[in-house]
Amino acid sequence: MTTTTTAPGRTRPSAPPVRRSGLPAELGPLLRRLTGDEKHAPSAHSTLDVLWVLYDRILRVSPRSADDPERDRFLLSKGHGPAAYYAVLAAKGFIPEYWLDDLAGPESRLGHHPDRMLVPGVEIGTGSLGHGLGLGVGTALGLRAQGLDQPRVYVLLGDAELDEGSNHEAMAYAGATGLGTLTAIVIDNQSASHGWPGGIASRFTVHGWSATTVDGRDHDAIETALTTSRPDRPHVVVAVVDPKE
Amino acid sequence: MRDSFIDTATALLDDDPRTAVVLADISASSFAPAARQHPDRVLNVGIREQLMVGVAGGLALTGLRPIVHSYATFAVDRAYEQLKLDLDHQGVGAVVVSVGASYDGASMGRTHMSPGDVALLDTLTDWTVHVPGHPAEVPGLLRAAARHDDRVYLRLSTEVNEVPLPGAGRLAVLRRGSVGAALVVAVGPMLRPVLEAVAGLDVTVAYTHTPRPFDVAGLRELVGPATSAGTAPAVVLVEPYLAGTSSALLGTALGGVPHRSLSLGVGRTDLRRYGEPADHARWHGLDPAGLRRSISAFLG
Repeated sequence: MTTTTTAPGRTRPSAPPVRRSGLPAELGPLLRRLTGDEKHAPSAHSTLDVLWVLYDRILRVSPRSADDPERDRFLLSKGHGPAAYYAVLAAKGFIPEYWLDDLAGPESRLGHHPDRMLVPGVEIGTGSLGHGLGLGVGTALGLRAQGLDQPRVYVLLGDAELDEGSNHEAMAYAGATGLGTLTAIVIDNQSASHGWPGGIASRFTVHGWSATTVDGRDHDAIETALTTSRPDRPHVVVAVVDPKE
Repeated sequence: MRDSFIDTATALLDDDPRTAVVLADISASSFAPAARQHPDRVLNVGIREQLMVGVAGGLALTGLRPIVHSYATFAVDRAYEQLKLDLDHQGVGAVVVSVGASYDGASMGRTHMSPGDVALLDTLTDWTVHVPGHPAEVPGLLRAAARHDDRVYLRLSTEVNEVPLPGAGRLAVLRRGSVGAALVVAVGPMLRPVLEAVAGLDVTVAYTHTPRPFDVAGLRELVGPATSAGTAPAVVLVEPYLAGTSSALLGTALGGVPHRSLSLGVGRTDLRRYGEPADHARWHGLDPAGLRRSISAFLG
């Protein structure tokens, strides 16, 4: 088992570094169109930095290739609070920006949980926690069975979402079978009611995953972590952000 | 039926590169030869039924046609939310093939029974339900299901009718009573005890192995209009799962036609008893003698 993570038990950097946001200026206004919130900075959204790095630097998918079998798949398992997801999809041209103005309205395609049948670029409809990783395992297996070796499958989860036992079914099986095209990203804002003694990464590495734990606001670190997977095993990136208020 | 399913699914894996089988240990040894031939399309996830259905949803999202298989209580009851969200809500389908649903596994007790499986699927969207009454009905149903992408439930049983009726996707008349005689509809393996139960009674007996979508047009035709004398037609529905599962559907189908109906099936009570399937059939009044008592009392 290989891990480039910090020692087991360590779930966040010891001292949050002072950093300059790598987020583009246009994301702030897009988020405000969704939330109407003038007070909170984009950093209030725990997933925003990871989502931006994924769509800006990692994922081989664009509005034009959104139905291409060879595209990378991004599955948002943590369907709660999808404002950051919608803002990134709009910034990358998957959906028109004006859709952001009517979040969860009666005629809106954008709800508080995303629906793949309503939103271009959304691979799975989620909201009930604990479904994305199983669907991601199936997606990776389906691609492999069809000889599609290039696409990777990325699944974004939350640390509290890991409470759902269904995730542990998927973690154990993906590890045991060496599903090397699968990457899980766990946004760790320390919101699991009973915590994860021993750390989140160790939950995965014990099943044979490789793991990297990073500062969830550091774009270069996130990018590096997402690109250090190995072909013979699934990979997890634990992205630590400030605790949920 | 289980052997017929395994043989047909194995052949489908050879014939159609879209076919994939997802297992949670149940029947894994029977699929071992197929798994050696098609390691990427025969997937045993271990005893993880939530993952079994989630994986099926993921496979379907990539364009494959997953066949999911386990005991009904694990594939449907336990993984109900995965059926709802990982298939229905994603807009994809699978073929779910169960064994042991009602009381085939009587000796294993309540934990291995699922008389409510079809009722649970009735809460979901657009599931076709096949309840074959004979092993020879299974290959055609499975092959047809493998050709499209809709949601299909194939409910296999160890109870078997005398002869296969593969064309009975719509109501097939086995015995015709006199004009105005009561209609008795038997679903799947209930045909055999029903035919024995109604020996000598003036009733029409019809059979189907596909209760969803129910053959509404055929039912209306067989029931016919109320007679001029004002006698309401009588309909008896005998199903091998929870009693009354189809009664609302029957009421809707016959909306506007005055009728009397009786819905027979498995009772709701946890009997907390083991024994053989025949014992449970008797306790639920689904053996020939019990059916005759209920039907005779209803017809008066």
